[in-house]
Amino acid sequence: MCLAIPSKIVKIENNIGIIDVDGVQRTASLLLLEDPKVGEYVIVHAGFAIKKIDEEAAMETLMVLREALAFAEKEKPDA
Amino acid sequence: MTIKHADEYRDPDISRKLVEQITNLSKTKIRLMEVCGTHTMSIFRNGIRNLIPETISLLSGPGCPVCVTAQNEIDAFIEISQKPDTIITTFGDLMRVPGTGSSLQKERAGGKDIRMVYSTFDAIEIARKNPDKKVIFLGVGFETTAPTVAASILSARDMKIDNYFVYSAHKTVPLALFALMKTEGIKIDGFLLPGHVSVIIGTGAYLPFFNQFQMPCVVAGFEPSDILQAILMLVEQTENKTPGLENAYTRAVSFEGNEKAVRIMNDVFEPADVAWRGIGIIPGSGLKIRDEFSDYDAMKKFEITEKDSKEPNGCACGEILTGLKTPVECPLYKKICTPVDPVGPCMVSSEGTCAAYYKYHSSD
Ligand code: SF4
Repeated sequence: MCLAIPSKIVKIENNIGIIDVDGVQRTASLLLLEDPKVGEYVIVHAGFAIKKIDEEAAMETLMVLREALAFAEKEKPDA
Repeated sequence: MTIKHADEYRDPDISRKLVEQITNLSKTKIRLMEVCGTHTMSIFRNGIRNLIPETISLLSGPGCPVCVTAQNEIDAFIEISQKPDTIITTFGDLMRVPGTGSSLQKERAGGKDIRMVYSTFDAIEIARKNPDKKVIFLGVGFETTAPTVAASILSARDMKIDNYFVYSAHKTVPLALFALMKTEGIKIDGFLLPGHVSVIIGTGAYLPFFNQFQMPCVVAGFEPSDILQAILMLVEQTENKTPGLENAYTRAVSFEGNEKAVRIMNDVFEPADVAWRGIGIIPGSGLKIRDEFSDYDAMKKFEITEKDSKEPNGCACGEILTGLKTPVECPLYKKICTPVDPVGPCMVSSEGTCAAYYKYHSSD
């Protein structure tokens, strides 16, 4: 039921956004968002954008995950 | 082309590393429940049950919206679909759920106008184009879906569309967690909290639950490394004996949630006592349409009173939804009940635990 992949807002008209997921475009209502902007990534559920992706938090999580990975590589006995 | 914010979380190296960490750390036998049908699907699709150590069992909870819809609600949907001059609109999964003696699919085969829609706005559009028909949206789902349905009622009012109605069978998650803990025989050591319900209500909405039970709780996203990271956090909390309410999906979930969506949901709906399949009535866990919007309330418009319907004979959906049983323990599983000819909603819904077992679980 939940579509996990974030979509990018490419156009906004009357609270309706054209959103793009990996080159496929469709419309989504932006009524549930505060101040949506073109270029932002959003999570879409049942035709509605329900949240903007927090870019900073996304980068932070990835950094933590990658750091753990890099650390693990270093720890390997043959490395 | 890479998909920003998705591909990275599917990196097999990251997943492998997370599994390694979980395996090294996990000593205590624990049972973790995922309270979200999309988690259930992702866990099965990515083979996560086979990756994690034997100390950890994953249970699927009451997180598939169609599965927890009570039999009396299903029967009410069917009753509405039999009214003259109506067009019923709904999301796909509901069509095949067997009610007492019929299903929406059977009603459609019998000539009733029942349509699957992608969003409530499609339903509004159908209402606009068919002014001589009453268009009813059958609303099931949790806090992720409820704001979108609330927004459709507000839009219908703004657009002066008076032939659009909603039958609200929505349910809210945090109160169900309390009810689960009271279920007899229940054994849960931690919760993987739903990703997109939490997008709306925020992690703060689980604080009363966490404060009462001091049980490890982590909000998770849907990609493999999101789920593994959440499991790792739950294992850390368990082994360190430091239960917490944590968030492994910070790019989408905040403490406050989406306050605008919550406001819209609360403007249109108010809490109601409703029955969940497998759990029974949970006070305040339903969302009924406020009196102010009763012109859009299908339950009032068609004077539907929910009956005391019985769940399908022999179906163990209820016990499966509370983690008391797994599908293979249901005598009907695979023998009489299959995705082609389902007995209960857990086999119908693409997110149902029985359907997930049927598709991915090969050892039985
Ligand atoms: S296998 Fe079928 S009958 Fe058994 S619990 Fe699942 S849905 Fe119900």
